[in-house]
Amino acid sequence: MATKKFMYVNRKAPYGTIYAWESLEVILIGAAFEQDVSLAFVDDGVYQIAKGQDTTELGIKNFSPTYSALGDFEVNKIFVEKESLDARGLTIDDLMPLKWEDEDEDWAEKDSIKVISSEEMKALLDDSDVLLNF
Amino acid sequence: MKLGIQINEGPYNHEASVTALNYCKAAIEAGHEIFRIFFYHDGVNNGTRYSTPPQDDINIANSWSALAKEHALDLVVCVAAAQRRGIVDEGEQERNGKDGNNIADGFRISGLGQLIEAGIESDRLIVFGD
Repeated sequence: MATKKFMYVNRKAPYGTIYAWESLEVILIGAAFEQDVSLAFVDDGVYQIAKGQDTTELGIKNFSPTYSALGDFEVNKIFVEKESLDARGLTIDDLMPLKWEDEDEDWAEKDSIKVISSEEMKALLDDSDVLLNF
Repeated sequence: MKLGIQINEGPYNHEASVTALNYCKAAIEAGHEIFRIFFYHDGVNNGTRYSTPPQDDINIANSWSALAKEHALDLVVCVAAAQRRGIVDEGEQERNGKDGNNIADGFRISGLGQLIEAGIESDRLIVFGD
């Protein structure tokens, strides 16, 4: 099978609708297909990877710990739009520290998240073969 | 061109399914090939044969079934999304001990891998929804 650049664009808040959770399900299944996978978090989508999520009072499942497992699935190119963070008064320190282990460097732990500008995000989206918007 | 289609919204509540239906008809008419149509999120509700809209309204599930029959289209409903929302075929009925099934003609229930495969195999993956 050909290898394509898959880009998952996560635009919505984690709770309130099911898009974020079902997007994560696609990402996890898609990881088995050995494609070139990147994730983008823009708009309210940045809240999906915010630290300290607690859904106790909502009475629904808190699926945020699953994002920490993405590194184990070799999903380690995670791009967050700076403008979306700024607009919500967030910085990278408000996000979960998503990591992956680099097999080629003696399993050195590296950050998966890269904060980029909307201009850079535009270029990344342009460069993708398959865009899945959630 | 070979097209993959993803539909993320339920019929009636959202225009995405009817827009996708019209898009598919136009694409076929223009000579394009549709590799697969994948129904996700509430889009799985396009695949119930128990939908009974008023007679002067479009029957979206039947429209998909007819289009699939006419052009041998592959209509795939995501199994995980379908289980949450009660879209059931004979296999799912048996596996989950349900007292019936409701999948419409021409639809089949399968996994998310079918969506990824559509992304890989198609020249374009077109997503309908918000």
